[in-house]
Amino acid sequence: MSNTTNRPKITPSKSALKIDGLTVSYGDKTAIFSVDANFPIASMSAIIGPNGAGKSTLLKAVIGVQPKLSGQIHIFDNPIENNLKKIAYVPQRVSVDWDFPTNVIDVVQMGLYRQVGLLGRMKGKQASIAMECLDRVGMADLWQKQIGQLSGGQQQRVFLARALAQDAEIYLLDEPFSGVDAATERAIIDVLKSLKSKNKSIIAVHHDLATVRDYFDYVLMINIKNIAEGLINETFTNENLQSAYGGKLELTHAEELSATKDRVTE
Amino acid sequence: MITEFIQFSLTPILIGILAGISCAVPGNFLILKRQALIGDAISHVVLPGIVVAFIFTGVISTIPMLLGAAGAALVAVMLIEIIKRLGKIEPGAAMGVVFTGMFALGVLILEQTDTSKVHLDVEHALMGNLESLIWLKAQGWQSLFDLDVLKTLPDELFRIIFVCGFILFLTVIFWRWLKIVTFDEEYARTIGIHSSIINFSLVIITAIAAVAAFESVGSIIVIAMFICPPAAARLMTNKLGIQVIWSIVFAILAAIFGYIIAGYGPLWFGSENSVSAAGMIAVVSGIILLLTCMYGPCRESVGQKKD
Repeated sequence: MSNTTNRPKITPSKSALKIDGLTVSYGDKTAIFSVDANFPIASMSAIIGPNGAGKSTLLKAVIGVQPKLSGQIHIFDNPIENNLKKIAYVPQRVSVDWDFPTNVIDVVQMGLYRQVGLLGRMKGKQASIAMECLDRVGMADLWQKQIGQLSGGQQQRVFLARALAQDAEIYLLDEPFSGVDAATERAIIDVLKSLKSKNKSIIAVHHDLATVRDYFDYVLMINIKNIAEGLINETFTNENLQSAYGGKLELTHAEELSATKDRVTE
Repeated sequence: MITEFIQFSLTPILIGILAGISCAVPGNFLILKRQALIGDAISHVVLPGIVVAFIFTGVISTIPMLLGAAGAALVAVMLIEIIKRLGKIEPGAAMGVVFTGMFALGVLILEQTDTSKVHLDVEHALMGNLESLIWLKAQGWQSLFDLDVLKTLPDELFRIIFVCGFILFLTVIFWRWLKIVTFDEEYARTIGIHSSIINFSLVIITAIAAVAAFESVGSIIVIAMFICPPAAARLMTNKLGIQVIWSIVFAILAAIFGYIIAGYGPLWFGSENSVSAAGMIAVVSGIILLLTCMYGPCRESVGQKKD
C-alpha cells in the first residue's frame, strides 16, 4: 500500500490519544482492521472516511463501549483503562431517545455524576458549573426546557454542555455537526476552538469534507483500514481522498477539496 | 362492618397495592428503555420455575421460588439462543416460542401436581388468589396494634412488604445510575458506570417483582402492573422522578378500586357473585391508562417527531 507512506512524520513528543493495531468486528464482519492513530495534544483532529468505514466504531472502541478484538489504546502515554476520566464523549445525537422525561439542566448535570458520585448532592457549586456549561453553548435560557422540545441543533449543544461539565482533557465527538443548523455549527466550533486554546485535545468524527480544512488541523482517514494520517495540509490531499473514498468521490471534487479552501457542497 | 372489612379486605388490598408498586417502579425503566415486554416475558417464564420449585420443596416460599424462577430464566435464555442458531429465525419469534412454550409447560406440570394442601393450582397461578389472603383473627382497628393478632396476618403480606421495600430502597440508592443508563447507556459507560450490571440488576428486580406478585395477582395479570401504571404516569409528567411517583399512585388506585369493584361491583348490578380481584385490578389500571391517554397533560410531548 503506497498510502502508508503518509503515516505521520511529525511525531509529537507526547500524544493525546494513541491507537495501535485496533481491530473491531461485529459478528463475522470486520468493522475496523488494525488501525493505528496518533492524535496530537491541543489540536483539533478529524476522523474521516466513507459511510461504513468504521469511524464511530473507532470512537466507541476507544471508550470501551464497543469491545475490541485486539489493539492498544493509550492516552497521554498511559493505558486508557485507568484514565477514562480524562475523556469526555459526545455521542451521536440520534443515539438516544429524546422523549425521555427530563429537562436540559438535568442532562447537563449527568456530566457531573462521576464527580458527585451516587448519592452526593448537586450543591450550589455543581449547579453553577452545569449552568455555566450551558451558557458556553448558548443555551442558558433554555435550562428548564423538556429535552423532547429541543431542535436537533439544541440537542447537540446540550450534549456538548454535558461533556464540558466533565472538565476532561480529551473530547471525543461523534459527528457533532450532523443535522444541525448553521448557528449551532458555528457555536459548537467556537466552543471547540476555545477548548483547544486551553490545551484540550479534540477528536471528532466528521462527514462534511467541505469544512475539514476550516475546522481541523489534523486528520485521520480510514476505510476499515488506515488510509492516511497527519497534518491537514500534508494529508488532506486528492490522492488520499481518492483512496479513502474510492470511486464514491468525483475526481474533480476531490481536487477542489484538497486544493482550495473554498466551500463546496458534497 | 369495619371488622369484616379488616378481616376480608384489608390484607388483600394492601397486598394488591404493594405488589402493584413492586412491579410499577421497575416498569418505569423498562418502558423508557422500550423493553416493556421484558416484564411480560419474565412473568411467563417464571411459572415453570415456580412450579418446579414447589414440587421440590412442597411449600410456597419466596427463596425457592426465586431460585426456580432464576433457573427457568436461564433455561429460557439458552433455549432462545439454541432456537435462533439452529432454526435461523429472528430473535422475536424465538422468544415468543420459548416464553409461551415454557409458560404452557408450567401450566401442564401444575395440573399434574398434587397441590391440594396449598393454594397453588392453575387458576391461582394465572389469576392470583388475592381474595383468599384474609386475616380472620382481626377484631377491628385495635387489632392493628395487637402484636399477637398481627402475627396471624398472611405470610404473603410480610413477603410483599419486604420485596416492595427492597425494590424502593434500591431504586432510591441507584437512582442516578438507573436514570443515566436508561437515558444514554453508552455515555453512562464512559463516565465509569457499569451499564451491564445495572441492566442485569433491572432484569433481576423485575423477576423478583414478578415472583412476589405472582402469589397475589397471578402470572398473567402481573404484566398489567408492569406496564399500565408507568405508561400512564409518563403521560402525566416530563420528569422521571415525578413519573415514578405517579406510577406508584396509579398502582395504589388500581389496587384499591380494582378490589372494591371486583368484590362489590357485581352486587350493584344485581349479580350475587364477585369477580376476580386481580383481573379487575388489571382492568382498572388499563382504564387509568386509557384516561391518561385522553386527558394526560403531557401526552402531546410523547412519541412525536420533532425537528
